[in-house]
Amino acid sequence: MGSDDTQKAFEKWQDTTLKKVLDKSTEREKTFVTESGIPVKRLYTPLDLEHTDYNKDLGFPGEAPYTRGVYPTMYRGRLWTMRNYAGFGTAEDTNRRFRYLLEQGMPGLSVAFDLPTQLGYDSGDPMAEGAVGRVGVAVDTLADMEVIFKDIPLDKVSTSMTINAPATVLLAMYIVVGEKQGIPQEKLTGTTQNDILKDFIARGTYIFPPEPSIRLCLDIIEYCYKHVPKWNTLSITGYHIREAGANAIQELAFTLANAITYIEKARERGLDVDDFAPRLSYSLGCHRDLFEEVAKYRAARRLFAKIIKERFKAKNPKSSLFRTYSGSCGSTLITQQPLNNIVRVTMHALMGILGGHQAIHTSCWDEGYAIPTEDSARISLRTQQILAYENGLTKTIDPLAGSYYVESLTDEIEKRASEYLEKIDRMGGMLKAIENGFVFQEIQESSVQFQREVDSGEKVIVGLNKFTIPEEEDFEEQDIFEADPGVETLQKEKLTKVKAERNGEDVKLALSKLEKAIDSTENLMPCIIEAVKHYVSLGEICQVMRDKWGEFKPTTYI
Amino acid sequence: MQKRKIRVLIAKAGLDGHDRGAKIVARTLKDAGMEVIYTGLRQSVDQVVSAAVQEDVDVVGLSFLSGDHLVLLPKIVQRLKEQGKEDVAILAGGIILKRHIPELEELGVKKVFLPGTPPEEIVRYIEENASRS
Repeated sequence: MGSDDTQKAFEKWQDTTLKKVLDKSTEREKTFVTESGIPVKRLYTPLDLEHTDYNKDLGFPGEAPYTRGVYPTMYRGRLWTMRNYAGFGTAEDTNRRFRYLLEQGMPGLSVAFDLPTQLGYDSGDPMAEGAVGRVGVAVDTLADMEVIFKDIPLDKVSTSMTINAPATVLLAMYIVVGEKQGIPQEKLTGTTQNDILKDFIARGTYIFPPEPSIRLCLDIIEYCYKHVPKWNTLSITGYHIREAGANAIQELAFTLANAITYIEKARERGLDVDDFAPRLSYSLGCHRDLFEEVAKYRAARRLFAKIIKERFKAKNPKSSLFRTYSGSCGSTLITQQPLNNIVRVTMHALMGILGGHQAIHTSCWDEGYAIPTEDSARISLRTQQILAYENGLTKTIDPLAGSYYVESLTDEIEKRASEYLEKIDRMGGMLKAIENGFVFQEIQESSVQFQREVDSGEKVIVGLNKFTIPEEEDFEEQDIFEADPGVETLQKEKLTKVKAERNGEDVKLALSKLEKAIDSTENLMPCIIEAVKHYVSLGEICQVMRDKWGEFKPTTYI
Repeated sequence: MQKRKIRVLIAKAGLDGHDRGAKIVARTLKDAGMEVIYTGLRQSVDQVVSAAVQEDVDVVGLSFLSGDHLVLLPKIVQRLKEQGKEDVAILAGGIILKRHIPELEELGVKKVFLPGTPPEEIVRYIEENASRS
């Protein structure tokens, strides 16, 4: 049947069958839009895909433009890595939780660090008060990392570390832990998030100003290219941008704009795009609107493949792979009737699977209160396992492809994200767009709009603004994980002990070497590795950097 | 006499970097006609207190999402008192367990707003409880 025939048949349907119903009763809404405000038509038909060129726009998995997936066999060959974020308290606590998760069949670790660690403070620092071991594990020196990975052979697991501003220091510690286990750095696999731009934009755990921050990021890229070839050096992350309030289109556009910035900067340092781009990975959120999210992932792969080829002239096909780690958007979970979050998280995992991610994080139902309990962490992992083994989701590649709706949305999201990228280019690039407030304002406006729609009831959140129950009938908080306030004291004592036992001369020497290296243009990784071997603390290393570079003070927009 | 605009300091104390909620509340209060100052991220106890004093605010709204409220809030309340600011209404919001609320209220925190509170409710509360002419 030709498209003219479809067009005629479609018009006939509208004028007869549909019209009869619409004459009698209206639809639930006047207009329907996606979560991010893209208009949604009543019906999608082949007419919407008339301009699609299958080979060019969709192609085949493992081939450009990768719309259908980055690998030729996808989940038929290997399931995604189930990688749930964990870490709390002391190194001992986290080591226990990690070994538990590994025993339960989780193949990849994802380390959550506490805020002092993420911000380069030792546990004894006044700024660290009240935060030690709270939202993740506290790491002051190599001694803590040794305990976190005790009895976990680093050649058998891959470890993703959510660490940014001081990523060099934590990676250095990981390399040394591996070395002590007898595993050479060439064999280590894992990821450092190392994406400082999204911290400036959304996550807030920056320390230094943009220029030295990017230098540190590139030091990891360059060092690993030479010495840790299997390491994913940088995970360019849209997740936090989404969580800060951006919509799906902004999330994608700003993530790609950040990627462009890193690639440009790395090339300015003299690296060839094909040397480092294959080790870049990406992370996007799983939000509420399943079809929009799946379309976002597909559009992301396609758009990135174009950018890397057209803008950066990459030749290695591996440079074009938009490999992703997706995560449950915690902001879609609520504390009212919280067990319902299990359903929401199931949908997040489903979006991730239908979107073809390489690794998936699922949240725990009780995350709105505190660090998850062991029970809720298991349910979250089981959610992924159920979807992996029970529901027939993994038998064919990119199963939503060819859906008139999903393909149309994929096109639309790509178009809208491209428009943002053009706008950012016209401003002089992402660093300018961050500096001049554009990115912050865009995110803030979307965030305000989301809240308005929730407040007005236009966006329904079940249990929050619809189908609510009285507070006294709701969940009682008794089984919630309560952080141990003793951790802080324990950690401080441990640090004092480590400092007393190490060789003070070695420490001094390592720090002064680092200082000199900072003043030069050399890669700081070797110096930092040397320092952590002598149990120089994270705080001591970051203090040298703070003294040299100062701290970043952003302008905020409300 | 013309009524003085209610002055509010929205603050992020401690190391947490999540301020989507704090900014939403700040914006809503601003849109409701209040004078709103937002401290930005990672403020020490002293920085929050001196901002409250300098800006001569009627209300200090603190956002906590990383579990350090039981350590930082008592200090902020105490330091504000020392500065003669016991009339300032101290409000808190964010990830705070219900079982912590009595302890915080006893301390002098006027009200704790839990996740899911419509921002308009915070506007109403401040208008009814914190306006001075």
